[in-house]
Amino acid sequence: MHLHDFWFLLIAVLWTGYFFLEGFDFGIGVLTKTLAKDRTERRVLINTIGPVWDANEVWMITAAGATFAAFPDWYAAFFSGFYLPLLAVLVCLILRGVAFEYRHKRSGERWQSNWEHVIFWCSLLSAFLWGTIFAAMVRGVPIGADGDFTGGPADLVSPYALLGGLGMLVLFTFHGAVFAALKTDGDIRHRARVHAGRLGLAAVVVAGAFLGWTQAQSGNGRSLAALVVALLALAGALVLNRAGREGWAFTLSGVAVAALSATLFLALFPDVMPSSSDPAWSLTVSGAASSPYTLKITTWVAAVMTPVVIGYQAWTYWVFRKRIGTRHIPAGH
Amino acid sequence: MNLALAPETLARWQFGITTVYHFLFVPLTISLAAITAGLQTAWVRTGKEKYFHATKFWGKLFLINIAMGVVTGLVQEFQFGMNWSAYSRFVGDVFGAPLAMEALLAFFFESTFIGLWIFGWDRLPKKIHCACIWIVAVGTVLSSYFILAANSWMQHPVGYTVDKATGKARLTDIWAVLTQNTTLVVVFHTLTAAFLTGAAFIVGISSLHLWRARRKQLKGEELGEKQRKQIPAMVASLRVGLVVAVIAGLGTAISGDSLGKVMFEQQPMKMAAAEALWDTQAPAPFSVFAVGDVSQGHNSVEIEVPGLLSFLAHSNFTDSVPGINDIAAQEAGRYGGKAEDYIPSIFMTFWGFRLMIGFGMTSFAAGLVGLWTTRRKLWLAPEHRPAEGTIPRLMLTRTRELSPSLTAWSWRVGILTMGFPLIANSFGWIFTEMGRQPWAVYGLMRTDSAVSPGVSQGEVLTSLVVFTLLYAVLAVVEVRLLTKYAKAGPDTDEKPPAKDPKLRLPSARDGGGGGSSSAEAAEDADKPLTFAY
Repeated sequence: MHLHDFWFLLIAVLWTGYFFLEGFDFGIGVLTKTLAKDRTERRVLINTIGPVWDANEVWMITAAGATFAAFPDWYAAFFSGFYLPLLAVLVCLILRGVAFEYRHKRSGERWQSNWEHVIFWCSLLSAFLWGTIFAAMVRGVPIGADGDFTGGPADLVSPYALLGGLGMLVLFTFHGAVFAALKTDGDIRHRARVHAGRLGLAAVVVAGAFLGWTQAQSGNGRSLAALVVALLALAGALVLNRAGREGWAFTLSGVAVAALSATLFLALFPDVMPSSSDPAWSLTVSGAASSPYTLKITTWVAAVMTPVVIGYQAWTYWVFRKRIGTRHIPAGH
Repeated sequence: MNLALAPETLARWQFGITTVYHFLFVPLTISLAAITAGLQTAWVRTGKEKYFHATKFWGKLFLINIAMGVVTGLVQEFQFGMNWSAYSRFVGDVFGAPLAMEALLAFFFESTFIGLWIFGWDRLPKKIHCACIWIVAVGTVLSSYFILAANSWMQHPVGYTVDKATGKARLTDIWAVLTQNTTLVVVFHTLTAAFLTGAAFIVGISSLHLWRARRKQLKGEELGEKQRKQIPAMVASLRVGLVVAVIAGLGTAISGDSLGKVMFEQQPMKMAAAEALWDTQAPAPFSVFAVGDVSQGHNSVEIEVPGLLSFLAHSNFTDSVPGINDIAAQEAGRYGGKAEDYIPSIFMTFWGFRLMIGFGMTSFAAGLVGLWTTRRKLWLAPEHRPAEGTIPRLMLTRTRELSPSLTAWSWRVGILTMGFPLIANSFGWIFTEMGRQPWAVYGLMRTDSAVSPGVSQGEVLTSLVVFTLLYAVLAVVEVRLLTKYAKAGPDTDEKPPAKDPKLRLPSARDGGGGGSSSAEAAEDADKPLTFAY
């Protein structure tokens, strides 16, 4: 395997880790309005991700930084090409982050309910936007001979891309509901399971349709395998959720998210950004990559640090492994 | 196209606004993390409640601040690609590596352990919990190191070649990038300035509380119980703040001097612009004040200290320092074009440089005066030594206190000083970045060829407006929240955790063994969280 292939794999892993982890964060954000009945329940949900949401987001920051280092052309075309959607993502992520940290810092009703709206809408929009962006990238956007994006905002929108947004949104919300069932206690835990059952069916339909369209449009043998894994995992998660095996249901909903992400990256490979203007102008793994020297250095850093990061992040989940119920939420804010 | 609305101009405004804004939070985050860690260590080691209250108090302000630092940092990473795609493509091979290292080595540290610290008060054993904030502090320092290494490469490119086939920069020596003198000196300068910023912040807020209480005492009023209880934590904080301000202020001055000397070598234009030194002179004077006539290439009014600039550049009072006109002609000869294309904004660099030094050193001086007047033992008659945990009187000599009006003014300056380093930092960066113009990467890539070719004027304008409005709203929210918590002072009713939490939760299955009965376990399982969002 070439180093640049390895780096494509590593960036795919980083995005997959991001979707797996912040997927349920986004889902929890959406559920604060659709599952929680009152403020205390909303706080139960928010506190299941309270200690971890920030580190989950760093997976995306690392993915972007790694893309800059390993595939400068990809980084340049991606961020300048998807200008307005990424601007919207930034606004959502900024507001959402501040909302988590500031919501409880004042007791006023308007203050709290405003930030709660922010958490809901920004979680929902971020999930949807990432889905559209990745779908549009897999489908291909206008890229010229010199590797620059040559289209406009309208070139990023298509029925397929919108379905991608919807697919990720529904799948993440399902993933979040399964996570909520695993991490909460009492009444909300049972309702989370019921909720997850419905969301899971919706995910099978919407994410299934998106995966099918992806396969038909840009698929290959490997992406087909990932697609099958995604659908099987989704079905398994539904069954296990119904059976009350929350830990296993969460594992499988996570596998479904990861397999969806894998399908997209496998459909891309060996391109990183297909050009809809002329296939010859597509950015490829080998063409967009940095020099072997840079890749070698970053490989060393990644090889040493990634296991360490996964280790201490996993430890955090272990430290905060206790389920949270309404009785654990201190009065006041 | 209207030049004022050209994508390059808009993209530069956006970079300036978002970066200066981001850097209001960065130095506070770096220094408050470490100082909070120090205070918590003091609490863990001595068990004194004043340290516990101080830790909680500064920790709260630190968290309000870091939240903004984290989210505004997202923009920084995206906008290289969004607005400066030509730049990204050209430098990615070199510039991307420290950025990726920053994410892997620093961001994960910060974000993971800050979560553990916020929620871990009743989950983690005291010492492990304290270690978490230290790891956050180390993360912030690592983060600044890597990003400054990347910036230093833009100031002074090393360890690269320009690939003939692709025209892009290619990394050949990562150690050169990570350890060149520009990087090391800039890191030293930025970190000391960061600590000066946090120290001034602490001095300011502690002074606010202590002066409020002292004024009451002077008027003969009784202090409320809460106010009285807050004094020991605030006195301890003031001392810590003053000591750090003096050490960091001294460090900032020393590192600033070294950085100046490095820049005289590597970017003579930036330093000539900083001094509005139009023509090469030997010995060169230091300009105190100047009004320039840029179109004619000279100053119409100037007040100077003879020979001082030669000293700053070369450590002697006679050597020649090259002037703006000569360097510009030289660069035009080397890179083509007109000489005036190579002259940065003299107004911004000249005044940015002076405001940076002026505000930074004012805080340093305030720290020195404060440390002296609030001293506890040194050269102080025994009857004037303040009792433990009382508001210090400002003592000038062994037996003489400052006059009442001077005392009042000193406390007010102490409060005001909290904003000074923030101004100094901002102008420092404006000076550094604008002084490098017209270059994005010095000598290699000009800023006008660094912008994204595929991004329209409308898009850049949209994002500029969106970020400016969003940041303005968030600034109001943040400052009001900070003010609320800063004014309230430490929550002295809060008690430290009664027992040291264990990593293993007592489970109901444990039965009688191991000191945790099942009744205790059940009670523990139902206990509300001490902290929740």
